[in-house]
Amino acid sequence: MINLLTPEFFFTVIRVTTPILFAAMAAIICSKSGVINIALESIMLTAALTGVLASGFSQNIFIGMVGGILGGMFIAGALAYFSLYLKADIILVGIALNLMAVGGTVFVMFVFTGDRGSTNSIRSLQFPDVNIPLLQDIPVVGTALSGHNILTYLAILSVIGVWFFLSKTTYGLRLRSVGENPDAATSVGIDVRKVKLVALLISGFLGAFGGMYMSMAYLSVFSTNMVAGRGFISLAAASMGQANPFGTLLAASFFGLMESVSYQLQAIGIPAQIVGMVPYVSVIIGLVLYAQYQQSLQKKKTLSKQLKEDPNEA
Amino acid sequence: MPDIITMKQMYKVYPNGIVANDYVDFSVKEGEIHALVGENGAGKTTLMKILFGIEQATTGELYHNGQLVSFQNPQEAIKAGIGMVHQHFMQVGSMTVAENVVLGSEPKKYRFLLDRKKAIDDTAEIAEKYKFKIDPAMRLDECSVGTRQKIEILKALFHGAKVIILDEPTAVLTPQETEELFRELKGLKERGHTIIFISHKLNEVKEISDRVTVMRSAKQTGTYDTESISKEEISNLMVGREGLWELTKGKATPNESIITVNNLSVMDEQRRYLLDHISFSMRKGEILGVVGVEGNGQRELVDVLTGLNKASGGSIMFKGEDISKQSIHHIREMGLSHIPEDRMTMGVATEASITDNLLSIYFDKESFNNGVLLDQSSIDAWAKDRVKEYAIKTKSPNAQVRSLSGGNIQKVVVAREFSNNPDVVIADQPTRGIDVGAAQFIHNKLIELRDQGASILLVSADLSEVLDVSDSLFVMYEGKIVAYFDDVTNVSAMELGRFMLGIEAQDEEQIKRGIYA
Amino acid sequence: MLKLIKQRWLDQPLDNRFESIRFSMAIVISLIVTLVLVLLVSNEPLFALQQLFLGPLASIRKFGNVIESMIPLTFLGLSVAIMFSARQFNLGSSGALFLGGTVTAVVVLTLPLPGFVLSVVAILLGAFTGGLVTLIPAFIKLRFGASELVSSLMMNFIALNLGFFIILNYYRDPQAGSLASFEFPSSSLLVQLIPGTRIHTGLLLLFIMIVLIYLFIQKTKWGYALRMTGFNKSFATYSGISTGAVILYSQFLGGILAGMAGSVEMLGMYDRFRWQAMPTYAFDGVIVAVLAKNKPQYIPLAAFVLSYIRIGADTMSVNSDVSFQVIAIIQGLIIIMIAANAFLAKYRQRLVVQEAITND
Ligand SMILES: Nc1ncnc2c1ncn2[C@@H]1O[C@H](COP(=O)(O)OP(=O)(O)O)[C@@H](O)[C@H]1O
Ligand SMILES: [Mg+2]
Repeated sequence: MINLLTPEFFFTVIRVTTPILFAAMAAIICSKSGVINIALESIMLTAALTGVLASGFSQNIFIGMVGGILGGMFIAGALAYFSLYLKADIILVGIALNLMAVGGTVFVMFVFTGDRGSTNSIRSLQFPDVNIPLLQDIPVVGTALSGHNILTYLAILSVIGVWFFLSKTTYGLRLRSVGENPDAATSVGIDVRKVKLVALLISGFLGAFGGMYMSMAYLSVFSTNMVAGRGFISLAAASMGQANPFGTLLAASFFGLMESVSYQLQAIGIPAQIVGMVPYVSVIIGLVLYAQYQQSLQKKKTLSKQLKEDPNEA
Repeated sequence: MPDIITMKQMYKVYPNGIVANDYVDFSVKEGEIHALVGENGAGKTTLMKILFGIEQATTGELYHNGQLVSFQNPQEAIKAGIGMVHQHFMQVGSMTVAENVVLGSEPKKYRFLLDRKKAIDDTAEIAEKYKFKIDPAMRLDECSVGTRQKIEILKALFHGAKVIILDEPTAVLTPQETEELFRELKGLKERGHTIIFISHKLNEVKEISDRVTVMRSAKQTGTYDTESISKEEISNLMVGREGLWELTKGKATPNESIITVNNLSVMDEQRRYLLDHISFSMRKGEILGVVGVEGNGQRELVDVLTGLNKASGGSIMFKGEDISKQSIHHIREMGLSHIPEDRMTMGVATEASITDNLLSIYFDKESFNNGVLLDQSSIDAWAKDRVKEYAIKTKSPNAQVRSLSGGNIQKVVVAREFSNNPDVVIADQPTRGIDVGAAQFIHNKLIELRDQGASILLVSADLSEVLDVSDSLFVMYEGKIVAYFDDVTNVSAMELGRFMLGIEAQDEEQIKRGIYA
Repeated sequence: MLKLIKQRWLDQPLDNRFESIRFSMAIVISLIVTLVLVLLVSNEPLFALQQLFLGPLASIRKFGNVIESMIPLTFLGLSVAIMFSARQFNLGSSGALFLGGTVTAVVVLTLPLPGFVLSVVAILLGAFTGGLVTLIPAFIKLRFGASELVSSLMMNFIALNLGFFIILNYYRDPQAGSLASFEFPSSSLLVQLIPGTRIHTGLLLLFIMIVLIYLFIQKTKWGYALRMTGFNKSFATYSGISTGAVILYSQFLGGILAGMAGSVEMLGMYDRFRWQAMPTYAFDGVIVAVLAKNKPQYIPLAAFVLSYIRIGADTMSVNSDVSFQVIAIIQGLIIIMIAANAFLAKYRQRLVVQEAITND
């Protein structure tokens, strides 16, 4: 039997949503500043590895975190440098970086650990789980909401942080102006390239947490290609959420929900491959439904107007 | 008064190889209104972009208050007290007026946060000081064009500009709005601001400026006290030849109508009419002009006539068929040609060859393919003839369109659109931004087609173009036709201005004269 | 002689000259980075480099490997080039390849047809399946307006899972040690062309497709419509070209080519379905297309270069202490450098100024 309404199920949803949420917040920042960041995939993958390596060799979770952040921001910085300063097509650079990250992480892993599959041979650290006092004592809700990894709570904070940054700070105002009309921003002395660079670096920072969650919270090793499309799914989430942090939170949760459902399906004996398709199919269905909703919204407006206001149409 | 700005031997080559400024000298005295005139493409905007730090000169020196400077970006120019109001407004539609005004030097609280209240107060205060009437809390994309221009000026003032560059500010204004702008500019001058005013309308230059500098094809051709030089002399310096823009045009002999538009409407998503039940006819052998302040339904009209957009109500009868819901392909097949408003984004594919650009509406024709393969040799021969007939200046028809000058690019568009002897031509801003020679060429072609019996709709923001070239015209305001004149020789620009602004409108009966059998 | 070469060079338009220089620089820089990387990680750098660059020439068999792996790379390059020519970022080629190969395996294992006919039918159905994989994102984009970028990436994961599902559940040979299907009827396999190598008749099909695609893009009216749509979609629409149809057929064709890559690979290189994961071709088509600047006539060359360094890297990783994945870094770097339009921009500006001044 599948149990969708248990607190444990919700616990899983939140767990699998976390990495997508981080990366989706990264995607929002980019989208608002007018850049498409398809390198989120490689940002996450790189950070997942550098975090593990840094924590493994230092045996210090804080240094591990710094290592992961630097890894993610390095990729974002490369994307920024080549697309903004050397004027390369940002999608091509993104594809190239994704390619480089898949092979490059294996290359680096091999250099440091002698393994090509996963980092089992080094003992890396994990971010701690936290129980929230009071909350954990509430029966059902506590089970679902308390006891998550500290990064999960950080992800939820990042939603509020991104919202606050974009709508309340002066830098957020500038960033939005750059995305909407770069010429206007330039004309008042805003350095458009620099703002986009900052946006990409922030996305590297946020995306890095998404990657580290994969290898230092969800699991405790890095393994080849472990991000498996989550960076792309985050892009879909951000576009469905119309680059609004709260809308995107909903979209990301929907994808997390579908992934969790797929685990339940597997538990009742549905073949792994069918189950494996569920999250990806749900992204496509989500994109279609969302786009159709947008279209019908427009049609309805025009139609009702014609009927009501145009006497010549009768 | 000392010079506040001096530019010496400015030379600018764009990456595409176009020399936009060819060793130009230019200086402005503190506190004056200095007009910079020249034909489209003469290099005025480029020179000002160098001054404002958007573009960097290839060689040349720039002095500000006698100091040698070089602005690497607008930020440095703004710091030095220079502001620029661009030809195309530089504004963020989804933000408020106040946010647009303060953008770049925002009032802050707690160091990082935007102080929205102070932004509004500051904007209101500066508007008050210079007697501009605006509402700082309004969303920008809800403001009118005239207001948006004021916001641009306020923006410059808010950033502390002492020198304000206005790039063709009157191009989007009605004569009445222009007068208001001039009053405001004079007010700024009284308060000690220096103004650089770009235009190619000589009446305005005579009215507002103290001195004038003329440019012609990237070179400076003289600086004069405005008092001491006549319009004719300025115009000679601008084009380098006498007897300018005389058009030889016989009287039109209009025949029966070929297109009849009936109650045509277009709406946007916000339940507003962009085109509001308009009716008129286009007659064979006649050029019908359309004037109006930008954004009063002209674009929507052109879009539905050409099939780019579908009407939400009404009909367009063309040779007995309603084309208001037909495809572009079908409408073109019926004999309608279209010179689009924006040639670079719609009229051509800049990376493709001239030949490929000429071919885009003919490649499907039997004479150019055998059902599958293109007949390249007959295409090449045909393209070569077009290049010759339309005097397109290029080394070869296989050159990319982006290697051509603006005037020649427009000739490619015109050559394509006119080569099938169209019955109807929709010409939307056909000569915007191109040199006089090419413009004259295109005007003559339009008249030639008319004399062969074609029906032409000429939409233009340039009143003098419409008055010169068209035979009859109508005025649009807020999506409606507010005036129709069956003979343009009986109207003046000032009179049209009143209709364009919506101060006046003809009655129904007069407007209905535009509908012919 | 030298003078003549110099004159020919200067007669080229400035943009062409500049592009050649930039292109060469991109390759040179990538090679330098390779050198540095190998020097850093290897204890026997000279040997490793020798393996990398000369390994593919060591034997007929090795060189055969280069040609073998060039075949799918060329198909994929054509696939991506045709989709990019219409300026569509459909990245579904790898899914199309995988599912195309799967369907081909299914067909030869199911349909009772005589040998040659069976391989033809299998390849055609595989190609068609590939076309469907890339058509879905294109259709979604046209019908609903959702970007093809994300949906085509999702299609890759879906195709992968679907392919494994079919093979594992219906065609798995329990006798075979690892994950593999039953054996294909030997008459359906593609014939070996050159003894001592595994180069197969797929190569002939490939040459036919290169010519056809070149003709299609450059010489047919549909190719013309496709190119104009790619150059400037608004221009094409305004000219009366049905850009929706163009997008659909360009994506469908792209998928067909990718599907064909999978089919030919399946029947040319294997005797059973043996893929254990998405073949390494994931974004290879993009690399090849970018290297060849989307021009069908250069695609085989680009595919050859890529295939050569891969086999080189393979040899290197077997024989020396540098791992194969170094290649991923080099490939990525080459794409980025070639795509970097402003790379050497200052140099180009100097050329432009020079030319402007001399023309005066
Ligand atoms: N960014 C640019 N890149 C290339 N050429 C340009 C650019 N901007 C302007 N030009 C060319 O430089 C010339 C001068 O343009 P501009 O300064 O805009 O003239 P004006 O403002 O007098 O109409 C024109 O031929 C124009 O096509
Ligand atoms: Mg200008």
